[in-house]
Amino acid sequence: MKPAPAPPGAPAVEELERIANRLRRDVIRMVHAAGCGHPGGPLGLADLFAVLYFAEMALDPAEPWHPDRDRLVLSNGHCCAILYSALARRGFFPVEELATFRSFGSRLQGHPHYGHLPGVEMSTGSLGNGVSVAAGMALAQRLDGRRSRVFAVTSDGENQEGQPWEMAASAVHDGLGNLTLLLDWNGIQIDGPTSEVLDTGDLAAKWAAFGWHVQTVDGHDPAALLRALEAARGEGRRPSMICCRTIIGKGVSFMENTNAFHGKAPTDEEAVQALRELGDPDPENLDASDPAVWAS
Amino acid sequence: MEKIATREAYGRALERLGHVREDVVVLDADLSGSTKTALFARSFPERFFNRGVAEANMIGHAAGLALCGKTVFASSFAMFAAGKAWEQIRQSVCVPNLNVKVVASHAGITVGEDGASHQALEDLACMRVLPNMTVVVPADGPQTEAAVEALAAFEGPAYMRVSRAATPVLEGGPPFELGKARLLRQGSDLGLVACGVEVAACLEAAELLAAEGVECAVLDCHTLAPLDCEALLALARDCGRLLTVEEHQVTGGLGEAVCGVVADSPAPVPVRRHGMRGEFGQSGPAATLLRHYRLDGPGVATVAREFLEELG
Repeated sequence: MKPAPAPPGAPAVEELERIANRLRRDVIRMVHAAGCGHPGGPLGLADLFAVLYFAEMALDPAEPWHPDRDRLVLSNGHCCAILYSALARRGFFPVEELATFRSFGSRLQGHPHYGHLPGVEMSTGSLGNGVSVAAGMALAQRLDGRRSRVFAVTSDGENQEGQPWEMAASAVHDGLGNLTLLLDWNGIQIDGPTSEVLDTGDLAAKWAAFGWHVQTVDGHDPAALLRALEAARGEGRRPSMICCRTIIGKGVSFMENTNAFHGKAPTDEEAVQALRELGDPDPENLDASDPAVWAS
Repeated sequence: MEKIATREAYGRALERLGHVREDVVVLDADLSGSTKTALFARSFPERFFNRGVAEANMIGHAAGLALCGKTVFASSFAMFAAGKAWEQIRQSVCVPNLNVKVVASHAGITVGEDGASHQALEDLACMRVLPNMTVVVPADGPQTEAAVEALAAFEGPAYMRVSRAATPVLEGGPPFELGKARLLRQGSDLGLVACGVEVAACLEAAELLAAEGVECAVLDCHTLAPLDCEALLALARDCGRLLTVEEHQVTGGLGEAVCGVVADSPAPVPVRRHGMRGEFGQSGPAATLLRHYRLDGPGVATVAREFLEELG
């Protein structure tokens, strides 16, 4: 058995921003190639995933199932384009495979499917379920005396489900200091603004009321995210919730702050426009089967 | 006749398992005294987690623990485990094919006085349709204990239904083997196929009918998924007609599973499904309810006679 994975060590903020931009361009190309899927949420999560996978989490792509690895459950599974992109860019599987997203026979299903793709820790997609699974993993780490940490990404829409609140109570009861939740708090869900669909109110206050260690940060500020993750690590027996204020569609002007691209692929013209805004070196080339588009 | 509730046997077997298997972790949802996981909790408090009245979260925890190498037993009443947490069992256990054993007690009308809300009569249907899921309904205490060991010995999802009421310990028959139905009585006039508490009722019915010159075979079909098609088709061939008996709706449970196997075969035979026919249960002592719904020995014998009469 190889030694326990270690976090890569925090790269410069500029490097994390460069990675986040790379992930965003992947998301556009993946969803465009699939012709369907969810681009908005993943774009909003790109900074967080750059920080988690390239600075924070103890992982070894060469030994993806190492028992001492940190684990991440993407509880809002529909945002999996960002997870796949981060895993590929971190070396878990070839980046060209991103072109198969959502297609027949692909390991990159429309929602994460456990057991096929290295780095995908759990099948998710049905909102509310993943956070409980993450808490179960955190319990197992403690039972085994491991220092690994468990992360789960959830969303404000997902917090309309009941199950996260069952978990909110149990994780405090269990004293799961090794569990960190990251809330994608963008105020948009598939039917419209969360405030209009079903207002979830002050989620930070609600999680704090359950007894969690709660921080609210700018979800697009890598330095702030790193500081929050550092503070979460210091919590002994309190689970942590980092409320990430995010903008759905971040980085692509016409996808920002709207539910229009929550669950819709960009057209050719929109994809070119999005890639241009993201500074892609070859925005007109939309051929996902061309390895060059993933190499740049 | 010795009697023991299968939930009691489950609790004892689980506690014994805890001594030899350190990877076994047990969860309950505030019913550990009734499901008998409290026996495990007393001996292994560090490996027992009471999740409170939150079944969805309990199944999620079970999945998370299983993903980290634990063999997890999660218990509640059948209504809440299979009913309330069905979606979590599908998404978080069966889809990723995890090593979680959901053991649900207080199923069927033998729950008794608690009445319709607590008498799960649809749980087997809900569980049987799930890919990757093994579904077991043991007939008595010793069979339950053997089933617990069998469930712990294989990797994968399982649902086991146990009962509240004390039921007879059945004598003889082949040892328990997952996926292998047990032929408990030979007979060529009618094949009785049952699971759980109804196995004893069928044995009693077979005695009553034998006194009238009708020889019934009795098959304990304890594993509903995967079904022992070979044993069922052999029984269909030998008897030419089958009567299925279950403490469950006749839709979706053992009866329809048997119908499926028989109808798919090149030589179908008549099958009568006996159980609950599209109605919920009600309060009352278990014995009274079994009599009312003709699910005790004499009741099953009556249904068998009607079926044979119709067939001529």
